[in-house]
Amino acid sequence: MSQDSTISSELSHADGMKGFVKDWSSDKQTFHVPWGKAMMWIFLLSDTFIFTCFLTGYLNVRASTRVEWPNPSEVFALSFGGDPIPLILIAIMTFILITSSGTMAMAVNMGYRKDRAKTASLMLITAAFGAMFVGMQAFEWTKLIIDEGVRPWSNPFGAPQFGAIFFMITGFHGMHVSIGVIYLVVVAMKVLRGDYEKRGYEIVEITGLYWHFVDLVWVFIFAFFYLW
Amino acid sequence: MAYVSIADKDHEQHMHDPQSFITKYIWSQDHKVIAIQYALVAIFVGLIAMGLSVMMRLQLGFPEWATFITPEEYYQYVTMHGMIMVIYLLTALFLGGFGNYLIPLQLGARDMVFPYMNMLSFWVYLLSVIVLLISFFIPDGPTGAGWTLYPPQAISEGTPGDGGGIVFMLASLSLFIVAFTMGGLNYVTTVLQARTRGMTLMRMPLSIWGIFVATILGLLAFPALLVAAIMMLLDRVIGTSFFMPAMLTLGETSEFSGGSPILFQHLFWFFGHPEVYIVALPAFGMVSDVLATHARKNIFGYRMMVWAIVGIGALSFVVWAHHMYVSGMNPYFGFFFATTTLIIAVPTALKVYNWVLTLWKGDLRLTVPMLFAIGFIFTFTHGGLTGLFLGNVTVDLPLSDTYFVVGHFHMVMGVSPVLVLFAAIYHWYPKITGRMFNNTLGTIHFWFTLLGTYAIYLPMHYIGFLGVPRRYYANGTMDIVDESVQLQNAGMSVAAIIVALTQLIFLFNMIWSLKYGKKAPGNPWGGTTLEWQTPQTPAAHGNWGENLPEVHRWAYDFSVPGAEKDFTPQNEPASDGVPVGRDHGVNH
Ligand code: HEM
Ligand SMILES: [Cu+2]
Repeated sequence: MSQDSTISSELSHADGMKGFVKDWSSDKQTFHVPWGKAMMWIFLLSDTFIFTCFLTGYLNVRASTRVEWPNPSEVFALSFGGDPIPLILIAIMTFILITSSGTMAMAVNMGYRKDRAKTASLMLITAAFGAMFVGMQAFEWTKLIIDEGVRPWSNPFGAPQFGAIFFMITGFHGMHVSIGVIYLVVVAMKVLRGDYEKRGYEIVEITGLYWHFVDLVWVFIFAFFYLW
Repeated sequence: MAYVSIADKDHEQHMHDPQSFITKYIWSQDHKVIAIQYALVAIFVGLIAMGLSVMMRLQLGFPEWATFITPEEYYQYVTMHGMIMVIYLLTALFLGGFGNYLIPLQLGARDMVFPYMNMLSFWVYLLSVIVLLISFFIPDGPTGAGWTLYPPQAISEGTPGDGGGIVFMLASLSLFIVAFTMGGLNYVTTVLQARTRGMTLMRMPLSIWGIFVATILGLLAFPALLVAAIMMLLDRVIGTSFFMPAMLTLGETSEFSGGSPILFQHLFWFFGHPEVYIVALPAFGMVSDVLATHARKNIFGYRMMVWAIVGIGALSFVVWAHHMYVSGMNPYFGFFFATTTLIIAVPTALKVYNWVLTLWKGDLRLTVPMLFAIGFIFTFTHGGLTGLFLGNVTVDLPLSDTYFVVGHFHMVMGVSPVLVLFAAIYHWYPKITGRMFNNTLGTIHFWFTLLGTYAIYLPMHYIGFLGVPRRYYANGTMDIVDESVQLQNAGMSVAAIIVALTQLIFLFNMIWSLKYGKKAPGNPWGGTTLEWQTPQTPAAHGNWGENLPEVHRWAYDFSVPGAEKDFTPQNEPASDGVPVGRDHGVNH
């Protein structure tokens, strides 16, 4: 034990730039977080590259197409009896997803207070919001495919790549949301069963990291696809 | 230090010993078993790829005789050979094999941080290999699009193997990426978070640095390949036009329109160039350790070596378009990418100097691993020098797609990493199996492989100058090519066959020594790093017995003046009267 304390005291007594370097190169752990959390961060970094490549592909396609790109506020309009309202569905979907980030954050908070019932129910609410988002996306896809005749290889509005890239990117994102919903439900069940009483509730935060990430990606997709 | 308790607790969670044969060797979560599983599968597919290269060489060397190989088959062989060698052999063996084996052992951990996911990684890798191999048995065979899979050719009708080979290839690659990600997350997290007490980042052996940075490269580069694969699958299966322009094929207009083949090239090479370093960096790291150990000298410039690895890794993301000089891109782009490419040569050259200086005045032991490591310095320098030529746009334009390029990349990323793999396999064989290999057979293997390599690849540079194009069937008998080329082709083929046969000696040695080799001592080479200090050889489940080792010094305390032995293990405390050598860890 004396060995430990010499090493750790050597490591911890340093300030400023030196201390920063020492922290980073310290023994055992570079980041003072649980393994799972570190791994989730790294995974999300990798996943960021996937979405960046998708969006770069989109920019490239859009910049190089010689046929006109469809106007999103017309394509994504929805009418409730009267005149079509542009982007209304997508506005609701975005709102739902952002709200779910809020409930997720509350769940993390409750987790650290070890309030099992509240943690689990907030997570299930988050999952329900996620499921609603996917449901509305399914509705949007159906409308585009059946009513408007948009296909991955062609569409009546203009550049054929519009449908291709739209279905691919929103599909890939929707898959992330669906996986997130399953992940949330599984963890919520385990929270309820008390599986994490001994190990601690970091897992809720880790799940939350994933969920917030998926939301953040949506903001980019929303901006690139629907607003431009 | 509250975090310590979390880490230690996590360790205990998975340390129940597996009992049955199945949990011990098949569904194993032990990083050492997973490493061996990875290595065996990788070597198996590597042998297939080698067989394909022999077939290609037979065709090129003896076109009148080898008429049983059709041009279509030749393309399929080229493609599968290249893809298997780069991805399924080298990437898998360096990271899945040696990454898995060395990371916990050299860092003093009991296992990877998430052993279950690590196990899944192997099984998904195996699945990707199976999917790849299935394509050999479908009616039109595997794809013949070249390992770069460039569209529009890759998914157009008329390309060899257009019956679905490309779909299997893309599916297999996607699975491989999933497998790699599961393993890679484990490797990076383990290096960052699960080192033993005293093992600071700047005390890690260079093997770990190489594997660590390479894995990060993989986690950031494979996404581009995944995206490219998904988009190409959609083009091929659903009929989107991401990469496919409108064109005439076989006299008819295709139903594609408006896609960009260049986009694919960018995505592919954004992955493809870092991929070169994904296989090179672990090789750099491992060869450093082998050289230092068998030269009984500390590695020259440890800090420089670490920063060179990190710097090369970072730079490798901004050079990709040097593979696209002939794609018709803007000359300013070419200028930018040529500049970055040549800048990478600086840290790379620095590493070569440091290896040579490590050997300088060392107490060299010319063991088999050492021979291979020294061989690597030669082949790598050679390949690196030709790379400097190809990095310049004006020089590359006439040489692109000739055999000069084939010679270059085989020297630098084919043979060089393979030589390190051999060095590493011989070096760690006693620890992995508990037996010594046969030295004579190993030495024979080395000399035939090294000299054979030069006999195969040196002439390729010359015929490249003569303008012999790459990826051509019977290229020595074409009208545009000088007649003397056919003689060279025959010579290279003979050498290739000899080299291929030599590998059988290696295989025999590995298998025979398993049973009949001398029992290996725990630390046969006098190594300083932790894997040589395990209580059992081969290391038992959990690696370290009761207590984790504790690290007190850097990894290269060889021949420290005043010390009794010519090496001081990393876990030897300074208080025993052993002076701490040059330590780059906490003491500075
Ligand atoms: C036994 C040793 C080897 C021999 C005899 C050999 C031979 C060949 C030959 C004849 C070609 C076809 C050239 C052409 O027609 O353009 C080729 C291509 C290639 N080889 Fe090897 N090779 C060997 C080892 C390796 C290794 C270890 C790698 C690992 C990086 C590798 C990677 C490649 C790649 C990437 C291609 C290009 C494939 C393509 O053009 O699509 N080879 N090799
Ligand atoms: Cu490159």
